[in-house]
Amino acid sequence: MRHIISILIENESGALSRVAGLFSARGYNIESLTVAPTEDPSLSRMTLVTRGSDEIVEQITKQLNKLVDVVKLIDLTEGPHIEREMMLIKLRTAGDAREELKRLVDIFRGHIIDVTTGTYTVELTGTGDKLDAFIQAVGSAAILETVRSGVSGIARGEKSLHL
Amino acid sequence: MELTGAEILVRCLKDEGVEYVFGYPGGAVLFIYDALYQQDDVKHILVRHEQGATHAADGYARSTGKPGVVLVTSGPGATNAITGIATAYMDSIPMVIITGQVHTWAIGSDAFQEVDSVGITRPCVKHNFLVKDIKDLATTIKKAFYLATTGRPGPVVVDVPKDVTMHRAEYSYPEEVAIRSYHPVMKGHPGQIKKAVDLMLSAKRPMIYTGGGVIWSGASSSLTEMTRMLGYPITNTLMGLGAYPATDKQSLGMLGMHGTYEANMAMHHCDVLIAIGARFDDRVVGKVEYFCPEAEIVHVDIDPSSISKSVKVDVPIVGDVDHVVKEMIRLLKEDKRTPDHAALAQWWDQINEWRAVNCLKYDRNSSLIKPQFVLETLYNVTQGDAFVTSDVGQHQMWAAQFYKFDKPNRWINSGGLGTMGFGLPAAMGVQLAHPDATVACVTGEASIQMCIQELSTCRQYGLPIKVINLNNRYMGMVRQWQEFFYEGRYAMSYMEALPDFVKLAESYGHVGIKIEKPADVEPALREAMKLKDRLVFMDFITDQTENVYPMIAQGKGHHEMHLSPERELA
Repeated sequence: MRHIISILIENESGALSRVAGLFSARGYNIESLTVAPTEDPSLSRMTLVTRGSDEIVEQITKQLNKLVDVVKLIDLTEGPHIEREMMLIKLRTAGDAREELKRLVDIFRGHIIDVTTGTYTVELTGTGDKLDAFIQAVGSAAILETVRSGVSGIARGEKSLHL
Repeated sequence: MELTGAEILVRCLKDEGVEYVFGYPGGAVLFIYDALYQQDDVKHILVRHEQGATHAADGYARSTGKPGVVLVTSGPGATNAITGIATAYMDSIPMVIITGQVHTWAIGSDAFQEVDSVGITRPCVKHNFLVKDIKDLATTIKKAFYLATTGRPGPVVVDVPKDVTMHRAEYSYPEEVAIRSYHPVMKGHPGQIKKAVDLMLSAKRPMIYTGGGVIWSGASSSLTEMTRMLGYPITNTLMGLGAYPATDKQSLGMLGMHGTYEANMAMHHCDVLIAIGARFDDRVVGKVEYFCPEAEIVHVDIDPSSISKSVKVDVPIVGDVDHVVKEMIRLLKEDKRTPDHAALAQWWDQINEWRAVNCLKYDRNSSLIKPQFVLETLYNVTQGDAFVTSDVGQHQMWAAQFYKFDKPNRWINSGGLGTMGFGLPAAMGVQLAHPDATVACVTGEASIQMCIQELSTCRQYGLPIKVINLNNRYMGMVRQWQEFFYEGRYAMSYMEALPDFVKLAESYGHVGIKIEKPADVEPALREAMKLKDRLVFMDFITDQTENVYPMIAQGKGHHEMHLSPERELA
């Protein structure tokens, strides 16, 4: 099962490597990892996507909680939640394809944020599935470069992860 | 008054009540050594290798319950300490390790004797710190001691750059620290404890299985009280020996790969397992699928990540063992129900049948010295009251089987990491903490050579350790596995070119004795014990082919034990 784990962690040098080190040392996989400071500059919010059986994910959350730098964490996938990922993608736009690509970007509600005679740079936000679908729709021949932020997520409703 | 960082560090140690620092000087820690030199409160023990410093601090900690403190320099000083730090981490030993570091401005420049100590130690510490500003020094040291000694204990590394020890700042040692992300749970959940007690009282074939957590929680007496109240059988792990008196009739001895037949069989057939301060290590559990197939399991542990890590449990209780066991005792006293005495009597009959197998039997008429005989004699000669450290291998298992520990903190060995070289330096820490006690280091000719240089430290500080070297000219446990599982191809397990240990001991200024006949074992041990102020190195030339039994091969269940080739069970 895929799990999205949100972590509040001390914004200190080395905190990220404690998390990354834990995953490699214990053989857990990380599908994506994003991290940035929160409104409280002493805290960073980390969103980690991993896969594993219930037992493994239980161990992952326990081991993460054991790290002294981890202040709080939740498994977003345990309840209703929203996930978003942002992608910047540079597309080759030769000949007729240019119009078609523009239409595709509109269909996926992306934005073209940079243009040259031969390229579009597109910004697209959504779930990982949506970004995958866009990549598939444009086809690998048109893609010059892809940059994905990794998943970030938040719980729906009143529930929030804070101190 | 302003002090230098080095002076602040030493004052912190003093204010923390640190008696001994085990260490080795070097460029990055010279200011700290200079500050140590100018005071008498904190005593420094100079080892001969940084690994020795960590094991000595570890032995000090295990025998006193207080944190061990280590001071090493940057680079190789820190890397040499890694083995000892990892040893302490695996066995949850409270230690504070101060590593020197190059100047803050040189960090990251591949400076002389620079290594990323925080990075290298990260996977084998409870936590670590790099102090970049002298203003954070005292608080960081306080945090280090707090983290090392609370919750599930463990080693904490504090990396201190040289310029931080040189700068000046006001000193005040915080009386307490709070870490917002760190709140070890002490009290167990009352509902869970109640559930556990219900289950315990409903048992027909109960079994109590306890580990090192009981010792670190200081819960030996409450555990003993509860076990006696219930009348249930109890087994201790390698790390938990001494938590319940081994000579008591309810004790089934150690369990696991080289545990007793009765302990392992009782584990296999029990219907309720009460696991306390133990972590279901693979050497205890064997094959998970065969583990306690009929049992409902209660597990008390202070570390939530220990619970259901390898074996799924039915009633988990996160909390300090002593708190939880005392609460269990209170509930048991209030409860009108009693254990099922009839079922229990039947259970004990069965256990006594297993006991009658006498699984630790060995050949007492051999013309060669049997290692088991040496340990049995050591137990008798010291009247079971010595501190015993050990290295790793066959001798460690025999010591665990044949020295019956009635008290906690007496049995000091590297259980989790299995670190050869641990025994002698650990004994130094124990002897310093208990100057009048008998401290025996049980070792083998392979292990002892991994930290033999510490004989020099023992000489310098007059540590009268009794080294019991079981010399079978083989890395015994390696040889045993090669005999069983590699068709007797003894690859590299034979120790050629051994030193003359008697002369070696003498050259370090100690007493050496070589013992070659069974009849000389007891007189030699008695003579050695009489030399109260001398280190005595006893080199016992033992039977080369002796194996440790009983044994559960890796990947087998508790019910699939081997007693010995002559005594296989159906």
